[in-house]
Amino acid sequence: MPAIRAGRTRSRARGRLFEAALFLAAALALAFLVLPVAAIFLRIPPGDLVSQLGNQAAREALVVSLKTNLLAEAIILLVGTPAAYLIATKRFPLRSLAITLVELPLVLPPAVAGIGLLAAFGRFGLLGGELEAIGLSIGFTQAAVVLAVLLVASPFYLRQAIATFEALDESLLDAARTLGASPARTFFRVALPLAAGGLGAGAALAFARGIGEFGATIMFAGSLQGVTQTLPLAIYEQFDVSFDVSLALGALLVVLSAAVLLAFKLVPGWARSSSTSPFLSARSVSS
Amino acid sequence: MGTLELDITVPLRSFRLELAVAVGRETLALVGPSGAGKTTVLRAVAGLVTPECGRVEVTGRALFDSARGVDLPPEERRVGFVFQEYALFPHMTVEQNVAFGGRTRVAELLRRFRIAHLAQARPGQLSGGERQRVGLARALAREPDVLLLDEPLSALDTHTRAGVRAELQGLLRELDLPTVLVTHDFTDAAALADRVGVLVEGRLLQLGTPEELIAAPVTPFVASFTGANVLAGFAKPGANGLTEVGLESGHVVLSSDTAHGPVGVVVYPWDVSISRTVVADSALNHVAGPIRSLVPIGNRVRVQVGPLVAEITSASARRLDLTLGDDAIASFKASGTRLLSRDT
Repeated sequence: MPAIRAGRTRSRARGRLFEAALFLAAALALAFLVLPVAAIFLRIPPGDLVSQLGNQAAREALVVSLKTNLLAEAIILLVGTPAAYLIATKRFPLRSLAITLVELPLVLPPAVAGIGLLAAFGRFGLLGGELEAIGLSIGFTQAAVVLAVLLVASPFYLRQAIATFEALDESLLDAARTLGASPARTFFRVALPLAAGGLGAGAALAFARGIGEFGATIMFAGSLQGVTQTLPLAIYEQFDVSFDVSLALGALLVVLSAAVLLAFKLVPGWARSSSTSPFLSARSVSS
Repeated sequence: MGTLELDITVPLRSFRLELAVAVGRETLALVGPSGAGKTTVLRAVAGLVTPECGRVEVTGRALFDSARGVDLPPEERRVGFVFQEYALFPHMTVEQNVAFGGRTRVAELLRRFRIAHLAQARPGQLSGGERQRVGLARALAREPDVLLLDEPLSALDTHTRAGVRAELQGLLRELDLPTVLVTHDFTDAAALADRVGVLVEGRLLQLGTPEELIAAPVTPFVASFTGANVLAGFAKPGANGLTEVGLESGHVVLSSDTAHGPVGVVVYPWDVSISRTVVADSALNHVAGPIRSLVPIGNRVRVQVGPLVAEITSASARRLDLTLGDDAIASFKASGTRLLSRDT
C-alpha cells in the first residue's frame, strides 16, 4: 500500500513540475513582450512625458502623421472599396493573380517598398520624367509620405475587404437585382451596409500599419521636420537629440496604436469579422 | 395576355439544359432530382444567368433573345423571385424589405400577408412561415409580370409546411400570374401547380397535369417520382391476352398492358390491398412476403410486404393486426398494373 501511494505522489509531483515549467515559459514570454512598452511609460515621470510633447519637433511630427495618414486612409477607402467589391464579386480571368498582386506589398520589406517608390515616381524613376514635365516632383514631399503609407497600408484593407465581400450571401445581391436595384444601388444599399463590420476592421488594420510606417517613408520622402517627418521618423531623429522627447513620441504612438487595437476588440462587428489574435476571437465566433 | 415563353439552352457542368415551354396564367411546377437544372431555369428567366442561346419572352416583350442580341439586366425584367431561403435583407426591417422593390403597395401587402404586426421586426426574429410571407410580399411589391418560386416549402419544418402549402395554393390561384415553381417534392407540385414538368439532366421527360403524370408516367423515373412502386422485371406474353412479368424478386405478376423484355412494373401504393390469406376476388396479382416496414402517415399506414409498398388506412392495419415480420399478401389488379419499358 505505502509503495502505491508513494508512486502516485511521485507522478503527481512530476505533473506539477511540468505545469510549473509551462507557467515559467509563459511568464518569461509575457514579460519580454510587455517590458519594452512598459519601459516607455516608466522611464520618466508621466508629467515629463506630457511636457516633452510641447516640443516643436514633436508637435510638427504629430501634425504630419495625422495629415498624411488621414488622407491616405481616405484614398484607401474611396478607391479600395469599389476595387475590392469588383475583385470579390466578379469572376474574371487572372483573378487569382490580381489577388496575389494586391497582397504582395504585405510581404515586401519596407525599405524595398521605399526603393520601389523611388524607382517609379522619383526624379530618375520610371514616371519621373513625365511628372517633372507637368511640374510635379514627388520625392521628399508630403505627397511622398502619403504614397508610402498607401503602398504599405492598402493591402491590409484590400485583403480584409475582399474577404468580407466574398463572404456576403450572393442570394442577397441577386434578390436586390430582381427587385429592381441596379448594380450600384445593390452595392450601396445591400453590400456595403452588410460588409461594414469587416470593412471597419480592415480600415483599422490599415491605419495602424500606416501610422507606424518608417522604412518606405524615410527612403522616399526623407525626414524633413514639419514636412515629411512623421512620428516614427521623429522618434528616430530625436533619439540622438533628446531621449526624453523620443520617449514621449513613443508613448504617443503606443497610445494611438493601443486605441486602434482596443476599438478593434470592442466594436462587435469588427471583432466578429476578423481578429489580430485568432485565439481570442474564439470567444466571439461562438456568439 | 400574361404568358411566359421560354426556349433556352444553358450549358451546365455535366450536361446541357434545353427547355422549351410556354406558361400561361397558370402555375408550372418543375420537378426532378437535384442538379437537374431546375433552379437554372428560374435564374435564366430572372436574368441572373445568361443562356447560351434562345429566348425568354413575357407577353411578347423580349427579356432575352440571343438572335436579336437582347439581354435585359435583372432589374429591368419585372420578375418576382422568391429564393429558396428567402434571401431577406437582414439589416432591414420587414417593412423596409417589402418596400425595397417599390413603396406604393407596401401597406396593402403587409395586411394581405398578415405581417403588418411584424413591420418593424428584423428577419432574424421571424419564424420560417413568417419569413416566407415576407419573401412573397417583397417579390410582389413591384407588381411583376412573372412569379418565380425556388423550393418555396423546403425551408419549412413539416409541421408548418401543410398550412403554408394550402395558403400558397390559394394565393397562386388569386394572383393569376404565369408562375414557375421549382420543387423536388411531387406532393407539393401536385398541390400547387396546374401542370408539372419533370426535368432530369437538363431535359423535360414529361409535361402534364399531376393526374396525367400519375395515370400515364412515360418513364420509370417519372412513375417512382410520383410515388409509385416500380419493380424491375422481364415481360412476355401470357394467357388471356395479358402480359406475364417475372419480377427480379421471383414473383410473377400479370398486367393488361402490352410489353416485351425488360420492364418497370408500376403499381401505386393506394391500389394495393393487404390480407393475411389469398382472397378470391377479381385481383389477379398476389405477392406474398414478410412485412418489412410499417410507417404511419396521418390516418394511413405504409406497409412494405416483400418488394411492394402498400398504403392502407390505420384502422385496417389495426383490424388485421399487422406486425413486423409476419407473412402477408399484397394484392392488386392486372388492369391497375402499368408496364414501362426499362431502357429509357
